[in-house]
Amino acid sequence: MSLTRDDVAHLASLARIDLSEAELDRMLGELTVILDAVALVQQAPTDGVEPMSHPLPLTNVTRPDVPRPGLTAEEALSGAPEQEQQRFLVPRILAED
Amino acid sequence: MSSHAAEPVLSYEEALEQFDPVMGLEVHVELGTRTKMFCGCSTQFGAPPNTHVCPVCLGLPGALPVVNEIGVQSAIRIGLALDCKIAPWSRFARKNYFYPDMPKNFQTSQYDEPIAVDGHLDVELEDGTYYRVEIERAHMEEDTGKSLHVGGATGRIHGADHSLVDYNRAGIPLIEIVTKPMPGAGARAPEVARAYVSALRDILKSLGVSDVKMEEGSMRADVNLSLRPKVAADATGEAQLAVPLGTRSETKNVNSFRSVERAVRYEITRHAAVLAEGGRVLQETRHWHEDTGVTTSGREKSDADDYRYFPEPDLVPVAPTPEMVEALRATLPEPPAARRKRLQSAWGYADLEMRDVVNAGLLEVIEETVSAGASSTAARKWWLGEIARRASADAMDVTAYAAERGVTPAHIAELDGLVASGRLNDSMARQVLDGVLDGEGTPTAVADARGLELVQDDGALEAAVDAVIAANAGVADKIREGKVAAAGALIGQVMKELKGQADAAKARELILAKLGAS
Repeated sequence: MSLTRDDVAHLASLARIDLSEAELDRMLGELTVILDAVALVQQAPTDGVEPMSHPLPLTNVTRPDVPRPGLTAEEALSGAPEQEQQRFLVPRILAED
Repeated sequence: MSSHAAEPVLSYEEALEQFDPVMGLEVHVELGTRTKMFCGCSTQFGAPPNTHVCPVCLGLPGALPVVNEIGVQSAIRIGLALDCKIAPWSRFARKNYFYPDMPKNFQTSQYDEPIAVDGHLDVELEDGTYYRVEIERAHMEEDTGKSLHVGGATGRIHGADHSLVDYNRAGIPLIEIVTKPMPGAGARAPEVARAYVSALRDILKSLGVSDVKMEEGSMRADVNLSLRPKVAADATGEAQLAVPLGTRSETKNVNSFRSVERAVRYEITRHAAVLAEGGRVLQETRHWHEDTGVTTSGREKSDADDYRYFPEPDLVPVAPTPEMVEALRATLPEPPAARRKRLQSAWGYADLEMRDVVNAGLLEVIEETVSAGASSTAARKWWLGEIARRASADAMDVTAYAAERGVTPAHIAELDGLVASGRLNDSMARQVLDGVLDGEGTPTAVADARGLELVQDDGALEAAVDAVIAANAGVADKIREGKVAAAGALIGQVMKELKGQADAAKARELILAKLGAS
C-alpha cells in the first residue's frame, strides 16, 4: 500500500495540524520511508504462528472499586493555559452537549 | 433556545404508505460504580468542577489506567441479561478524536473485540404482542467531560466564544448497548423503540448496575433510522425484508422514553419528505430538540468518524473464564418482565391494576407488603389508594413520600392484620394510617394510643341496637314490613351511639334479626 498526498492531508486535518504545501510533500516522503521500513515485518515467516494480541502475558488485571484521592482542582488546572470558574478554558467547540 | 428553519416533513400516514422504516438503537448507560472506569477517582455527582480528577482521567503523560473490577463484572452481567455471548477474549481500543471533552485526545472504548455479542431482548408492546430486538454488542467505554459554553456577548475581554470544561465526568464507566437493525416494525417503529428502551431500563435497574435515570443523563439513547421503499403490506414479509436499507441518520442523546418515540416518528416523516421529492438522505448526526420535537443537522459523518481505532496498549485483555462468567450468571435477578407476570398472577391483579402499580413504582413495596402478611388486594388498596393519594396531595412520588413519613410495608401489613382480625374497621384504619404517617408509631401503637377499637362487647352492641330501635319505631316498622334498605339509617345511629367503633356488619345483622327481617 502506498501513501498518497491526499492521505497525508487527511491525517493532518484529523490531527488538527496545519501543514503547508511544502510540508505535505516532505511528510509524504518521510512517512513513506517509515511505512516501507515497517512493511519489512510482513516478510517474516508467520505460518502456524498465533497472532499476538498483546505483548504482555497478562489478562484480567483489575483494581477494586475503591476511591483514591486524585488531584486538587488547583493542581489539575496548574498546567492549563487558561482557566475560568475552576474549569479548563478552551476555544469554542461545536454545539452544546 | 433552539431556533432553526423547519425542514419539510410528510405526514406519518403518508410516510408509512410509501416507506418501510428500519431502526437501530444505541443506548449508553452510566454504571453506578464508586470509581471511574480506569482510575480511582470518585464518580459522585455534583462535586465542584475538576475535583474528581487525576493524571489518568486528565490524560497526563505517563499515567497508567487500570480497569475497574466492578465495571467489568457489570458489563458481563448486562451482556448475560441480554442473552449475549460473553467473549472469552476482549480488548480495549483507542477511539481517536480531537475534542476538548476528552483530554487524552482519545476515548478508551472497545472496537472489534467487545465483551458481549449476539444477544436479544423480547419487548412487550401495548397490545401484548412481542417484538424481538437483536442485540449486536455491549461494550465498555468511558464518559466524556462536561463542557459549558460561554457566549461572546457576555462582554468578556476575550471577546470570542469559548468553552469551559469540567473533567469530573471524564472516565465514568459507560456501557454502550447496540442493537442490530430492527426491521419489520412498520408503523409501530416508534412504539417498538420506546418499548425497547423502557425494557432495557427495567433490566439495568433490576441488575443494580446503574441508577438509569434518563432525565439525569445516566442513560441516553441514540436513534439510527433509515427508510426503504415499501414493497409489501406486510413489513415482516420476505419481499420487504429483502429490500436494501436506506441511508441512515443518527439522532444523538435522546433523553426520555417519550422522546425516543417522538424522535423515531419525526425522523420517519423527515426522511420520507426528502425521499418523496427524489432527494437523498444525508448520512449525518442529528440533534434532538425536546422543546420543538424536531431534529436538526449536526456534523456530516463521513470524515469526522475517521476514529483510527487501535488496540489500547496500556490495558491488558479482559479474558473472562467460564467459571467467572457462570459465577456472574448466578447473580442475575429474575428478568423484570417474567417477574411482573409471576407477581400479577400470584396477586390476581387485572392488567390495568398491575400497570398502575408498576407505573407508580410500587412493585417492590407491594411485594414486601404481601410477604409481610397483607392480602394483595389490601396492599394495593393501601398503597395505591390511600398513601399514593396523600403523596400526590403533597406533590411527591409515593415511595419518596413513604420514606419521608417512615411508613413501611411491615406497617401496612400490620394495619391490614388489624382490619382482618376485626379490631379496626376501614375508617378507623385510615385514622390509624394517618397516625403512622404523622410519626406516632406502629399501627398497633397508634390504635392503642388513640383508643381505636371496634366494640367487641356484644352486650354493648345489643344495648345500642335496642336503644336505637326503640327511638325509631317508625323506621323499625318499615323494616319489619320488609323494607330492609331502611336498616342503613339505624346502623348509622348505632355507629354514632358507639362513637364509630362498632362493626357495621355485625350491627346490621343484629338489627335485622331483632326485627325479624333477616
